[in-house]
Amino acid sequence: MSETTLGGIAGRMPKFLRRADPAVVTAFACIVILLLLGSLYSRSFLSPEYLLQQLKVASFLGVIATGMMLVILLGQIDLSVPWSVATGAMMACAAAAYGPVGVALAIPFGVLCGVAIGIVNGIGVAYLRIPSMIITLATNAVAQGLMVVYTGGFSPQDSATAAMRYLATGFTIPGVPNAVIIWALIGAAMVFVLTRTSFGRAVYGIGNRERAAYLSGIDTRRIVLIAFAVSGGLSAFGGVLLAGYASKAAQSMGDAYLLPSIAAVVLGGTSILGGRGSYLGTVAGVILITLLQSILSVMQMPEAGRQIIYGVVIVAMLLLYGRAPASR
Amino acid sequence: MKDWRYWLAEQRGTLLAFGIFIVMFAIYSANHPAGFTANVVQTAANKGVLLAFVAMAQTLVVITAGIDLSVGMIFTLTNCMASWLVIGTGLETAFGVLAVLGTGLLCGAVNGAIVIYGRLQPIVATIATGAVFFGLALLLRPVPGGSVNEDLADFLTGRFFGVVPASLVSLLVIVLVVWVPFSRSEFGRAAYAAGSSETAAYMSGVPIRRGKFLAYTLAGLLAAIGGLFLTFFTYTGEAAYASGNAYTLFSIAAVVLGGVSLFGGKGSAIGAIFGALAFRTIGDLLFVFDFDPLWQPLFQGVILLIAVSLGAFALFRVRNRLEWFL
Repeated sequence: MSETTLGGIAGRMPKFLRRADPAVVTAFACIVILLLLGSLYSRSFLSPEYLLQQLKVASFLGVIATGMMLVILLGQIDLSVPWSVATGAMMACAAAAYGPVGVALAIPFGVLCGVAIGIVNGIGVAYLRIPSMIITLATNAVAQGLMVVYTGGFSPQDSATAAMRYLATGFTIPGVPNAVIIWALIGAAMVFVLTRTSFGRAVYGIGNRERAAYLSGIDTRRIVLIAFAVSGGLSAFGGVLLAGYASKAAQSMGDAYLLPSIAAVVLGGTSILGGRGSYLGTVAGVILITLLQSILSVMQMPEAGRQIIYGVVIVAMLLLYGRAPASR
Repeated sequence: MKDWRYWLAEQRGTLLAFGIFIVMFAIYSANHPAGFTANVVQTAANKGVLLAFVAMAQTLVVITAGIDLSVGMIFTLTNCMASWLVIGTGLETAFGVLAVLGTGLLCGAVNGAIVIYGRLQPIVATIATGAVFFGLALLLRPVPGGSVNEDLADFLTGRFFGVVPASLVSLLVIVLVVWVPFSRSEFGRAAYAAGSSETAAYMSGVPIRRGKFLAYTLAGLLAAIGGLFLTFFTYTGEAAYASGNAYTLFSIAAVVLGGVSLFGGKGSAIGAIFGALAFRTIGDLLFVFDFDPLWQPLFQGVILLIAVSLGAFALFRVRNRLEWFL
């Protein structure tokens, strides 16, 4: 166990070595194969318009997966994504109904609701030492309950503000959708935080061995709390973007993002046990998942088949390179 | 002389769950408009037993320090399957029941093989297999429908001698046939040992892999029994994503309420059964007090949150701060 941990640290230091992470290379190779397969099926698959459209769809998942990656790097998991996404979307739309001030504050309000969910998760995991998958399932249930009470069980009638729609579907730079720019900005910020700040180092340290990180003077509980808050906020922001894309929020809009976000992070070579992984891998994972979804829907695969292929592909990829070390 | 003390310490979680259930059920039946009658008990039992089966399934896996996030989907899949197969003459029905239970065993075995021999993390692996199981369920039942052998269904959801709910008797039989032999067998001990300390168990030559594999497989079987009973109650099959997920979630709540440690190695399926019954009763308390049903999801979520936070009290007993980090 300790040997693999040491290997992880050594492999992370020089940049070119990390780039050559076999998992990331495999993920990119799979993307190329998917594109080739898709182009056999339909000529338009390699056209720039189609690829940009895919990138735009991928950016929603990308924003959500960024938060998930931060939490997985700690060796934890965030299962509250579905209703963090829905809460962010619904609360942003709800705020929009309260006059011009509400419209102006819609996006920050939605994101803040997600941060609140994340903070509850973080307190549970860091200070109460509850296993993360349990507490995040519980907060997911509470968030769902709150939203059901708020909406009365129906999809809310409030629609997204112009700003939300602009962020999700507009073009600031001609040809490049705003959603892609947002993902790029968030991704760049994440790379900076992970590789250039003490917070990032602490995240990797805690993921490797929290006890050691604590003994080296890191306030591990605060770091974990912040990471969960960021994850909740990013999930909610993803929800805000999705609401802007569809012009309104819906009850189960987040359900389709839990498995893909975990899968994207893990397929990108981030260890589910924490402490190892690069953002480049997550980008590859997100694009891979989006392309897979797109090809399945182009082939008019019914939902049942999509779920099955999805699960099988994820298990197969994990068996290829996501296995835990052999026992002792 | 200290035997009973040891037994008490071991069964504390189970007894606590039993106590919570008794108190909650007393409040429930005292405030129910119809009072404590055979009908009320039967309805409550039928609802509670479904969750009890799924919670037993979850217990087996949690004892090994794993988690099975696909139990709800196995439950849904077997429900859809039973709505096709458990119909017709006695022989056909019997064959259908066997096929459904076999499917459950197979689903559990797949989970076990991936987690134990594939060495994947149980959380991710079972979320992924859960998607597969749900896809299969959707393939079987794109729209809700189907039917079931109603004689068998009415027999197993009715009452024996006019008072004893048949579903409770079935639950008891399953406990005696599945849980008791398992927990007393070598493999059951191996499952507990693996959950308690896998390294120590490995060093002592305990068959942890086979024990864990059997735990996952039997979990699939128990979830399938739950799915079978769901079909008996509803007479139909439905591939409902939300309901499958809810059962997974509630099974974890029931396990926690039932005194089963999520870190593994501690607790029993009996505790989880009372946890499940208590959880159901708490959820139904809202109805007897005439609350808007809209509040039920929130109420159940809050109960779950409180239940999992209770474990945190152990932190106050920690003397060395390093023990925070397991």
